[in-house]
Amino acid sequence: MAWILDHLPRILELSLAHLLLAAPAIAAAFLVAVPIAWAANRVRPLREIVVSGTGLLYAVPSLPLFIVLPIILGTGVRDTLNVIVALTIFGLALMVRSAADALDSVDGGVRLASTAVGYSAALRFFTVELPLAGPALLAGLRVVSVSTISLVSVSAVLGVQSLGSLFTDGFERGIVPSIVAGIAFTAVLALLLDLLLVAAGRLTMPWVKGGRR
Amino acid sequence: MGIEFQNVNKTYPDGTVAVDQFSLHVPSHTSTVLLGSSGCGKTTLLRMVNRMVDPSSGAVLIDDEDVAGVEPVALRRRIGYVMQNSGLLPHRRVIDNIATVSRLNGVAKAAAHRRAHELMETVGLDSALAQRYPGQLSGGQQQRVGVARGLAADPNILLMDEPFGAVDPLVRLELQRELTRIQSELHKTIIFVTHDIDEALTLGDQIVVLKKGGEVAQIGTPQQIVESPADDFVAQFLGLDSARRTLSAAPRDDGGWFVSDAQGRPLGVVDSLPQHPGQNA
Repeated sequence: MAWILDHLPRILELSLAHLLLAAPAIAAAFLVAVPIAWAANRVRPLREIVVSGTGLLYAVPSLPLFIVLPIILGTGVRDTLNVIVALTIFGLALMVRSAADALDSVDGGVRLASTAVGYSAALRFFTVELPLAGPALLAGLRVVSVSTISLVSVSAVLGVQSLGSLFTDGFERGIVPSIVAGIAFTAVLALLLDLLLVAAGRLTMPWVKGGRR
Repeated sequence: MGIEFQNVNKTYPDGTVAVDQFSLHVPSHTSTVLLGSSGCGKTTLLRMVNRMVDPSSGAVLIDDEDVAGVEPVALRRRIGYVMQNSGLLPHRRVIDNIATVSRLNGVAKAAAHRRAHELMETVGLDSALAQRYPGQLSGGQQQRVGVARGLAADPNILLMDEPFGAVDPLVRLELQRELTRIQSELHKTIIFVTHDIDEALTLGDQIVVLKKGGEVAQIGTPQQIVESPADDFVAQFLGLDSARRTLSAAPRDDGGWFVSDAQGRPLGVVDSLPQHPGQNA
């Protein structure tokens, strides 16, 4: 505990760095996954191929991906962009299936009704289907968020600063509190981001808690 | 004028014929009920009017204009549509659900909400419900919201697809009464789809009894259909051959007549029975 208090400024700095790697990746995974999922649902024969195919990306070992990506992207291994892109790919692997299922779960009757009263296809997607898929999308996003926060740590092995650096330093120099702090703060960060997502969901989807009488 | 079905046919890619060679004239400002059991193509016919379904051949005309030439989204925004299970948007408040079509038509939010409040009154909804979400309403209230939404853009035509099919019988009767009242004030051209004969007799100025594949068994006023069913199918469908509609009257001790059906089920009391013109007084 004393170690943590002594090093608190450094830990908080690493937490912020951690968040700055994770947050853009989570957002990018979500924003890319939704259109892919939409397209996959539209072209039924391709749906399973696209959904399972992106799901398989999760099987790519993370460390080699961090090393191979710079060759494709032309960035340095320690470039934050490199890390963010790799994390986005893992996020996509989880999010595309969630998003495809979420968009699919929108009640057919509601879809039909909105068409019948005169929604154009685009308007219907953005103002009816997307909001109604919201709760299921949020559930997927929460998994991506937790998974990404945990994956960021791997990049510490490459020398990119994050809470993972507390593990690598701790292991190298035999400082157990550093390792414990790394684990604890990663978990706290994941929890905070999750709470933030839940709160955002409450705010943007007020009809959900309204639910039944 | 009105709505005209001209030899419409709908054949799906798998070869299923939903409707074949169907023709019908729906006069303006009256209500026409398409009555039939499931699979008779009544919903398919209804949806041809607002181009939710396009006929494989034949044409649907509204006031002599072929709807095939009208852009579907624009067409739908000027035709009211009410469906079973209300079809309300669960993520919009009642007031916004009713205002949907006005908003789609580009009406400003304040004006659309004002109109929506008027309509809530028209369909007999407490204005306190305006801020609720559909999931917080009873089935009957949801259907009223559905009707209000259908009326929001003040359409000439109202398409109703078994709108009261999923509510309990008492509420259903009440909604039918309300619709009759609203129609007596607004005089819309209504096409109403149902499989409930009593509903058809209550609401239809004209009833179209359909067999499988959209084949017309009989077209007529409620009275014509009850008095002279065209064939056994119609008689059976209406329950005319069952005891339910075979009525008898017996004199009561303290005046008037007691009316019951052939099963002896009491139906009511009438003060007097009119003399038949054929009989001598």
